[in-house]
Amino acid sequence: MAVQAKEHAPAAPGRRVPSAYGGSRERPAGGFELWSWLFMRISGLVLLVLAVGHVLIVHVLDEGVDRVNFGFVAARWGSPFWRTWDWALLVLALIHGINGLRVIVQDYVRWPGARLALNMAFYVIGFVLFVLGTVVVFTFDPNAWPAVG
Amino acid sequence: MAKRKSDVGTLYRGSPGQWSWLAHRITGIAVILFLFAHVVDTAVVGWGPEAYNKVVEVYHNWVVKLLELGLVAAVLYHAINGTKIMVFDFWPSTTRHMRSISLASTGLFLLAMLPITWIMGESILDSAGVI
Repeated sequence: MAVQAKEHAPAAPGRRVPSAYGGSRERPAGGFELWSWLFMRISGLVLLVLAVGHVLIVHVLDEGVDRVNFGFVAARWGSPFWRTWDWALLVLALIHGINGLRVIVQDYVRWPGARLALNMAFYVIGFVLFVLGTVVVFTFDPNAWPAVG
Repeated sequence: MAKRKSDVGTLYRGSPGQWSWLAHRITGIAVILFLFAHVVDTAVVGWGPEAYNKVVEVYHNWVVKLLELGLVAAVLYHAINGTKIMVFDFWPSTTRHMRSISLASTGLFLLAMLPITWIMGESILDSAGVI
């Protein structure tokens, strides 16, 4: 029983702040996990603007997704501002989301092999999507299809 | 340790925070899984108007729009609840007002969902051919 309890305890318990009861993760004591904890909060703050802004502009306001087509993307990405916005959103959301998945896998997947396999799958998906998204955001040229441009 | 009879079959009730903690995880998983698909469908724009317009047509279906409303709710909940978490984490003294801050953040989420549901709901009904 005692051994089992020890197994569950974190290797280096963090500072026990009352906020652990507010629905958040306890702040890790140090090392990679502390940086990860801090990154989730800082990127979250930036995503608050990037992701919520994106969702409201593209999916809710001004006819929402009904007006989204090739011409809409061409016009939007005509501005370096929106290209940068969308690229930053892509990168931060991927890292924030996949790091979140890593934390969840750590909590629920006990078998080390499955843990590694799941995390590796997420990292590979994340990397492939990062490359795909980056290439498309920065190389997209609507004039390659003059009929619509 | 032997379980008391009252422990069996009852729901764990630790703190109201447990529900926002669970909702934060579920909305987070939903959003990242959608993002995986969304990067791919947006990347099709690089294959020209014919291909992209065909893909984006999927989003104009009313059932998909219903899911889209869920997505917007998930993003908004995750954002507002995440802000609440940061308030508690960076200013621990605010946990004294945990109950009212939690109520305020939930209220803000529900309040924001009212006009959003109205606007997107109209679009959903329109696509479904109801109005």
